[in-house]
Amino acid sequence: MTPPHRQTPSQTVGPFFGVGLTHASQSVMVDERTEGQRIRIEGTVVDGAGATIEDALVEVWQANAHGRYRHDLDRGPAPIDPHFVGFGRCPTDASGAFHFDTVKPGAIHAGDGRRHAPHLNVTVFARGMLVHAFTRVYFEEDELDADPVLAQVDRDRRATLVARKSRSEAGRVVYRWDIRLQGDQETVFFDA
Amino acid sequence: MIRVEIAKRDWRIHPPYLHEPYASTIRRAPRRALVPLEPTLSELTGPAFNDDSVRPEDADLTRVPGASGEAIGQRIYVTGRVLEEEGRPVANTLVEVWQANAAGRYFHKADQHEAPLDPNFTGGGRCLTNERGEYRFTSIHPGAYPWRNHHNAWRPSHIHFSLFGTSFISRLVTQMYFPGDPLLPLDPVLGGVPEEGRPLLIARYDHDVTEPGIALGYRFDIVLRGRSQTPMESR
Repeated sequence: MTPPHRQTPSQTVGPFFGVGLTHASQSVMVDERTEGQRIRIEGTVVDGAGATIEDALVEVWQANAHGRYRHDLDRGPAPIDPHFVGFGRCPTDASGAFHFDTVKPGAIHAGDGRRHAPHLNVTVFARGMLVHAFTRVYFEEDELDADPVLAQVDRDRRATLVARKSRSEAGRVVYRWDIRLQGDQETVFFDA
Repeated sequence: MIRVEIAKRDWRIHPPYLHEPYASTIRRAPRRALVPLEPTLSELTGPAFNDDSVRPEDADLTRVPGASGEAIGQRIYVTGRVLEEEGRPVANTLVEVWQANAAGRYFHKADQHEAPLDPNFTGGGRCLTNERGEYRFTSIHPGAYPWRNHHNAWRPSHIHFSLFGTSFISRLVTQMYFPGDPLLPLDPVLGGVPEEGRPLLIARYDHDVTEPGIALGYRFDIVLRGRSQTPMESR
């Protein structure tokens, strides 16, 4: 059945999105009052030839440290943190690198009774991408085998969705997670 | 408890990742099949920006804060509604736009096109839709500009749009084109869209939006993935 209005087709963000996508541009998603374990997630966006992409845009959406999304559809019982929204936006730099300073999200109770391991939801935009890509990033130390979304991903591709601890500094844990648009290690992207 | 569902991305009308006439897709298009994911709370939620940080003057691209002059170019109004597929308006959602100036040059360090910058034009704007899902910008008609995709390649005049909608998977980035532009059939970015979808990206000239002595009016409606809510028996 075709609905009365058709979806507006997607187009590439192009190379000059910095002119317009500045509002809410934030790779720092916390302030000193935000609850939870400080983390940084850093990585690069890489194309099919292994070249870093200097004009990509990465956005993230995540729950707070208690596992609660700041949104009407999440009706608890985990508490809202008034000092955390959960949205981040970071353009890649000249070396293709991005980073987010945030807190580690709690596990999500998805309403259907299933528990999702802590993760961030991620969108990737770039010149040369006519439609943005949608994915998730998990954390290596968590119990991932029981996650209902990872369970749908081929076991040999799951590693592309897992951030690895690289170091600790100044009270935070730094994770490494690269996004590969093509190639042997192509990141798993979802049709959600 | 309420069960919320959101329509799938309609791949009959969205471009594929790989569209070889647009050369940059060749190394940047994901090649593996997307993994189907039934939306959960993570996908059905998303950021809201209905705060005080969007100011009315952000929707007027013809003036730069702190400068007294006005952008050079054919002044235009661009207005429309943001809807879901079933026709429900999307209220209080952030609409962000960016475009080249009248000479076809972006206010961006990576744009090396030898066309003049306009000191009274940066080309970025934003607004929130009202309760009826309507947005409205004041701007100038953007110029066409050359790019290196193929011999004698010129992008048709366009305005970039970014929208969020009600969930993280209703996110949409697109481009609005102008009716009657002779470059439209030659453009591999628009050409990546299946034929039936291309007219949806071309604004309509609307003489009722045009204001006497001030600006030409264009109408561009944007449709995001539909959402349905049904009450569920509580268990």
